[in-house]
Order: sequence, then structure tokens, then C-alpha cells
Amino acid sequence: MKRLEIRILKAWTTLMLLLTGSAAVAAANSEVSSLNLRRGATEISGQVYDLHMLMFSICVGIAVIVFGIMFVSMYLHRKSRGAKPANFHESVKVEIAWTVAPFLILIFMAVPAAKTLIAMEDASEPDLTVVVTGSQWKWHYKYMDRDVEYYSLLATQREQISNRFDKGENYLLEVDRPLVIPTGKKVRFLITSDDVIHSWWVPDFAVKKDANPGFINEAWTRVKEPGVYRGQCAELCGKDHGFMPVVVIAKEPKAYEAWVSEQEAMQQKAREEEQRLMAMSMSMDELMTEGERVYNATCAACHMPNGEGLPGVFPALKGSAIATQDQLAHIDIVLNGKTGTAMQGFGKMLSLKELAAVITYERNAWGNNTGDLVQAADVNAVASGE
Amino acid sequence: MSKATEIISPEHGAADPHDTHDGHHDHHAPSGIMRWVLTTNHKDIGTLYLWFAFIMFLVGGAMAMVIRAELFQPGLQIVEPNFFNQMTTVHGLIMVFGAVMPAFTGLANWLVPMMIGAPDMALPRMNNWSFWILPFAFTILLASLFVEGGGPAFGWTFYAPLSTTYSGDSTALFVFSVHIMGISSIMGAINVIVTIVNMRAPGMTWMKMPLFVWTWLITAFLLIAVMPVLAGAVTMVLTDKFFGTSFFDAAGGGDPVMFQHIFWFFGHPEVYIMILPAFGIISQIVPTFARKPLFGYASMVYATASIALLSFIVWAHHMFTTGMPVAAEMFFMFATMLISVPTGVKVFNWVATMWRGSMTFEVPMLFALAFIVLFTIGGLSGLMLAITPVDFQYHDTYFVVAHFHYVLVTGAIFSIMAAVYYWIPKWTGRMFDVTLAKWHFWCSLISVNVLFFPMHFVGLAGMPRRIPDYALQFADFNKWISLGGFAFGLSQLIFLVVMIKACRKQGEPVSDRVWEGAEGLEWEIPSPAPYHTFETPPVVK
Repeated sequence: MKRLEIRILKAWTTLMLLLTGSAAVAAANSEVSSLNLRRGATEISGQVYDLHMLMFSICVGIAVIVFGIMFVSMYLHRKSRGAKPANFHESVKVEIAWTVAPFLILIFMAVPAAKTLIAMEDASEPDLTVVVTGSQWKWHYKYMDRDVEYYSLLATQREQISNRFDKGENYLLEVDRPLVIPTGKKVRFLITSDDVIHSWWVPDFAVKKDANPGFINEAWTRVKEPGVYRGQCAELCGKDHGFMPVVVIAKEPKAYEAWVSEQEAMQQKAREEEQRLMAMSMSMDELMTEGERVYNATCAACHMPNGEGLPGVFPALKGSAIATQDQLAHIDIVLNGKTGTAMQGFGKMLSLKELAAVITYERNAWGNNTGDLVQAADVNAVASGE
Repeated sequence: MSKATEIISPEHGAADPHDTHDGHHDHHAPSGIMRWVLTTNHKDIGTLYLWFAFIMFLVGGAMAMVIRAELFQPGLQIVEPNFFNQMTTVHGLIMVFGAVMPAFTGLANWLVPMMIGAPDMALPRMNNWSFWILPFAFTILLASLFVEGGGPAFGWTFYAPLSTTYSGDSTALFVFSVHIMGISSIMGAINVIVTIVNMRAPGMTWMKMPLFVWTWLITAFLLIAVMPVLAGAVTMVLTDKFFGTSFFDAAGGGDPVMFQHIFWFFGHPEVYIMILPAFGIISQIVPTFARKPLFGYASMVYATASIALLSFIVWAHHMFTTGMPVAAEMFFMFATMLISVPTGVKVFNWVATMWRGSMTFEVPMLFALAFIVLFTIGGLSGLMLAITPVDFQYHDTYFVVAHFHYVLVTGAIFSIMAAVYYWIPKWTGRMFDVTLAKWHFWCSLISVNVLFFPMHFVGLAGMPRRIPDYALQFADFNKWISLGGFAFGLSQLIFLVVMIKACRKQGEPVSDRVWEGAEGLEWEIPSPAPYHTFETPPVVK
């Protein structure tokens, strides 16, 4: 190699390494980076971040050297500069060198990667376990050993999505009921799905695991600091794939314990309330108001707010046989869903009162006008097989 | 190898018994549209493939414009999420099966016989058939967008059960059209293999074959190996959806993850089907404009073969988050990392070819150089993706979108453009409009990086792919990405103009060799290449 070539190459390499180095430092220093991975909130996510930066630096290094040689050649070995072509076209030594060198670099990368991977996949001996179930388009959390379970739905208003309202700070990354976990404890997630494949992802935990229908996957985390951690479904799961965020709140163990006990009490109370309400009848107005609320929160994603569905994808309820004829069949399909279709059962998700209200709403909205009133007791009768 | 290639070409020889025969053929050839429908000529079929690919590139590109318009700012503005999903799905299918693969087949048709000194492809009638079923396949696919419920909306990877229980009825049309595409690819591949194995001119030994021929031969074997797997996958989707089977339904004893194993067993070699011929093209172009023989010809051949073999044992790196055993994750991580060794060898060989050459920067060379830099960037992000623990963070984000667009757009598609600019003067006998072509290059180069480079950032910052709307922190970059997208889309209209002008034979006549440093049999025949070439095989020494 001639001296000029070496000098240009040195200058280029220094310049590029300075540039990318300072860019990487700048990116690493910003708390909420819009450019780079975040360090995250766990030991593992920190290791993953370090691995990412290691890989990134090696790749930048390789690129700078290879492109540097190429650009030097493009500059110096131009015909317009009077370059005469050499005629060499092979060199066993060089070729062996540039086969073996990358191989060594790969081993250098593979060792820390394998270590981190083994740590990530070891979900044994958890302090507590949460069953995470995806369904179109929401998450369900169930605490093992505790009597707490609930659905977690997107909380961003429809009007923000359709640009009628201003968008809030956590647009599309906010839910009605976040998952709550304690800090400093090993929390194991058992992840599955009720319908299609979803993927539960919280970047700050470096946890992304597919929710496969009929199978259970494991993941775990141990969060260092209390805080709110936001993520999203990462596997295309149909129409509203972009609208099923994950929000996790990490609380100090004491605060967590208080929260989970409170939830247990509340859910217990709600069940008792439900039994008490069974005998009570609601008026048409009450049912319709409550029904519209439940419908828009739960059913409108597929059947659309106007009840017309999406032709060829999701059937209309407006004027449909199911919503205007046999009431028992209507209750049954809302409770239990319809196998082989996207219609899921809502018996697990909605209270008897909510079910009664939404079925009443569907039988009387959009000109369906059957005049039918469905009460919680009617729903309970179908649910308990009477 | 090519400098050792001395040719005795019949085209330049005096009276040859075949010359009259030649004229005889042309005289009775049908004219007008029937010439194209009935043609069995490899050059005509090559042209058909290339124009078809270009039209599909524009159609798939139009869909990308819809996607980028919707993603220009947060909120839903232009399309509904269900239609957005149809756009991402059909954009992917059209670009993979309609643009990149037919373009490479078109180049193979034009070039393989001319490069090995054969008069035509070995199976000319099948050649006609393998092209002419393609327009039907894509008409069916595009028509499915207009049936009730719309077209396929489950991504080009059509993961079950989203594509089975939860898909619309148009899935049947999707399955049928993929079947036809598969049949077309298999027939094309058989033709390439039979031609290369049987019809090389005397003296054209294996290790004298141009690299484009080598890479296509290996690609053709990959195609024959994996297209039937794809056909099996879509058939199982069809029977799961319509005939009550449960291949991918746990409730009936099946497994949705098995779908992904089958799909990616096809899908990963498919990735190399779309890049190996590109390696061949770059290996033809760089030596020409460096005026220096290709460095490491033999290692190029071995590297291509190694990549092809490795491509069969890395498929599950697309599936690290599906919940595989840790041993399997390790295996697929290490196997995937290994691919970077032969790929690196290729890049080093190209750079070594340029080193101490005598370089000029005509349009094909500009595209080839852009390919080397930008494909390498895509390859390096691929190496990052191979690392399982970090892949958990990258997987299904825009980082992946950036990665595969760098290898497919600035890789495969830039190589196709380089190839077309390199060989079209030979095909038409005229130089294309160089000024416009340079505009095409520079506009494409700048816009494609504005389009795809920021995708790395939004992906790392946490933006999932295949979403029609996004959180506010991704807004600024998405605006730039969309602007880059529109600019890249418009730049391709310059390409369209250059191509129309070239096909109308506007421009200066070119010499037989066209480019000063060009080597190989195709440059020994007249420009434009006669309708029939090498009816008497040349002798390669």
C-alpha cells in the first residue's frame, strides 16, 4: 500500500470513528431516546443494551474500514487520475485471512450473547406468576395464587385517533387497567392467546414473547425501579394490531401488596354485588345507556359503532338475524363466542349486568327495535345452562 | 477467468449454413401482440419478464405510497386499519414475487444463453408458459382486493391462525395465486438448470462460467428446493380454512408455530433467492469498470454455494420470540452468524477488485457501488439481528423493516437497475439517456436513504412494524421517512422514462463491446444482439 493511500485511510477512519463515537455517546446519554434502544429497567435489559452497543460498534468499525478502503480506491484508482489497472486477481493468504478474521470476531460476539440468552431464558423460581392472555385486541392479566384478574384495554379516545381531539402525551400507549407488579421480585409471565398470535412486549424489560393460541410461553423480569413502563403488541394480530398497548406499573413490594389486596377485595365485592343484582330489573333506559357504553368499548372494534360491521370481514348486527330473532341464541353467542370465527366469548370479560345491557342495546339500537329487555338473570340462566 | 476467454464467434464469421436458417425463422415469426404471446425466444421472454417486473414494481410501489401517506403523521387519516393491512400484505407479496423474482428471471433469460454461448434456453416452450401464467397469478391477487372484505390482510408471511380461522374469504384467491407464482418459479428454475448444465459452449467449463451464471444456477436449485414447501404451506392454510383440517390449530392437535417453521423453511432460502443473482450481477459489473479481473473468482463461487447451503439451517432466526428451547435459539443464532463469513468474503472480493484498478463511474457502476455500501449496511444490521438476546428487542420493529429494505431495495433492486443499465445497450444497440439515468441514480440514492435509514431509529426506539398509527415520539422521523418514500417513488418515474426511451431505440448506437472493460461472450456478439445468437456454438478457449 502506498503512503498516500494509508494517510487518506487513517484520516477517514479517525473522522468516522469520532463522528459515530460522539453520536453513540449522545444517544446513550439521553434518557428517553428517540434514536436508540433504552437501557431499560432491569439487569437483563441493561445487558441487552450493552450487547446491542457492542454489536453496533463492531459493525460500525467494520463498515468504516471496508468503506474506507473502497472510497480510497475510488478516489485514487480512477482512470481520470491516470491510474493503470494492476492485474492481480487472487491471493490465497489474503483470502484465508479475511475468512478467519470475521470468524474470530463472531466468536467474540457469540460468547456474551450466549451468556445473556441463557440468563433471559431461565424463568425458574419466580416470586410470583402472572398469566398474560392476548386476544383481539386486548390483554388479560391473571395473578396466580391471588384472586385477581382483569382485562386491559386501550384507553386512548377514538376521537384522538380520528384526529377530532388533540392527542395526549401517551397517545396509543395508555390502557384502562395496567398490569401492576412489585419491584425487586422475579415476576414470571405465562403468555398465551385466545385467538390469533400476539406478542407481549415491554422494551424496558427486554421482554418480547409471542402469545400462541393453545400453547403457553414463559418469560420473566425483575424490575429495579418503580415506574410506568409502556410497550405494544408486536405481532400482527388483525385490524387493531396497532391499538393494543401494554402498560406495566412497577410498585414497591409493600405498595404492590396493598394494591393486590385491595383488588382482591374489590373483585370479591363485585361478584357479591352481581349476585345481589340478579333479582333486580333494570329499565330500558338504564340498559340502553350502559349497553351503548359497553358496546363502544368492547364490540365496536369489529361490529363498528353503527352496527354495520365490515362487509366480508365482520358481520353486521344491524338488521341481523342474531340480533333481531332468537334471544337465547343471541345471549349464547355473546357469552360463549362462535368457534371457527373471530367472535370471542365475553362471559369472562363482562359482568352479567354489562352483558345484559349490551345485548339489550344490540337488540334495540340502529333500528333493530325488537323491544326486548334482557336482564342479568336472563344472561345468568344461559350461562349456568338453564 | 474472462481474460482467458477467447472466442471464435460465428456471428462475425463469413457465410454460415445457419445464417439462412436464421432468416427463415424471423420471416415466419408472428407479428404484433401474437409475437409476444407465442414467443419461445429467450430474448423476447426476458423482455416480457423485465417489463412485467417493472409494472409490478410500480404497482407495489403505489401501495407503499399509500402506507407512507397514512404514516406521514399520527392518527388515522387516509385509510382504515383493515385496508392498511391489505396494503402491507400485498405490497410485500408483489415486490417479492412480482418484482424482484421475475426481474431476475428476466435477466437470466436474456443473459444466461448469451453468456454460456447457447442459442436459447433449453426448454423454450416451457419458458413461454412459465412467463405467461404470471400475469394471471397477479391479476387474481390484485382482484382479491376488490372482493367483499378485501384482499389478504395477514402480512406477506400469512401466519396462521390469522390467515386461516380469522381471515376473509379472499384467502382462497391468495392461495391460488401463490400456487401459480410457485409453478412459474419452479419451471423457470428447471429451465435455468437444464440450460446451464447442458448447453454450455465447448470449452465453457464450470470454473470459466461468468459469476452471474453461477449464482443463478445455485439460485435455481434453491427455488426447486423451497417453492414446493411454500406450496405446501399455502395448501395447508387453504384446507385449514375451508376444509376443516387442523394443521395449525391446537384445538385439533395442530400447532400455529409449525406454520412458521414451514413458512420460514421456504422463507429464508427465498431471501437468498432474491440476493444471490444480485451478487452475480455486481461481480460482472465491478471488474468491467475497474478494468481489472474479478478478485477471487473461485472463492466467490464457493462463498455463493456456502451461503446457499447455510440458508437451509437458519430459518428459525425469524422466530426467536415464538418460545423455542434455548438450545434451538443458540443453534440458530450461531448458524446465522456464520452466514456473515461467506457474505463478507464477497464484499472483500469486490473491494479488492477495485483496489489498484482503473475506475470509471458510468451509471451501472454507480448503482453497483451504491449496492456494495448499502447492501453491506443491510448485512451488518442482519448480523445484529442474528444475536438472539438483542433480536428480542429488534424483532417485529421498524429496525427489521429497515434491515430487509436495505438488502432488498438497495440490494436486490439496485442490482437489477445496475444490470439493466449495464446490458440494455447490448439489447437495444443504443446508449440509454445517460443524463437522465444519472438523475435517476442520484435521486434514488439520496431518497432511499432518507426513506430507510431513519427506520433504524424508530425501530430501536420501539415502533412495531405493520401498524397504521403510532405513538407521538415516532412522529418526526416518520414524516422524514414518508417524504423520502415519496421522493424515491417519484425517482422511479425517471427510470420509466429512461427505459421507454431506450426501448424506442433512441440514443447513440453503441459498439459490440459497449463498455471499454467488458469481458465475456455476450460482448462478442453484435449490438443490438441479433434475434438468434450462437446457433453454432462458439469455442471458448
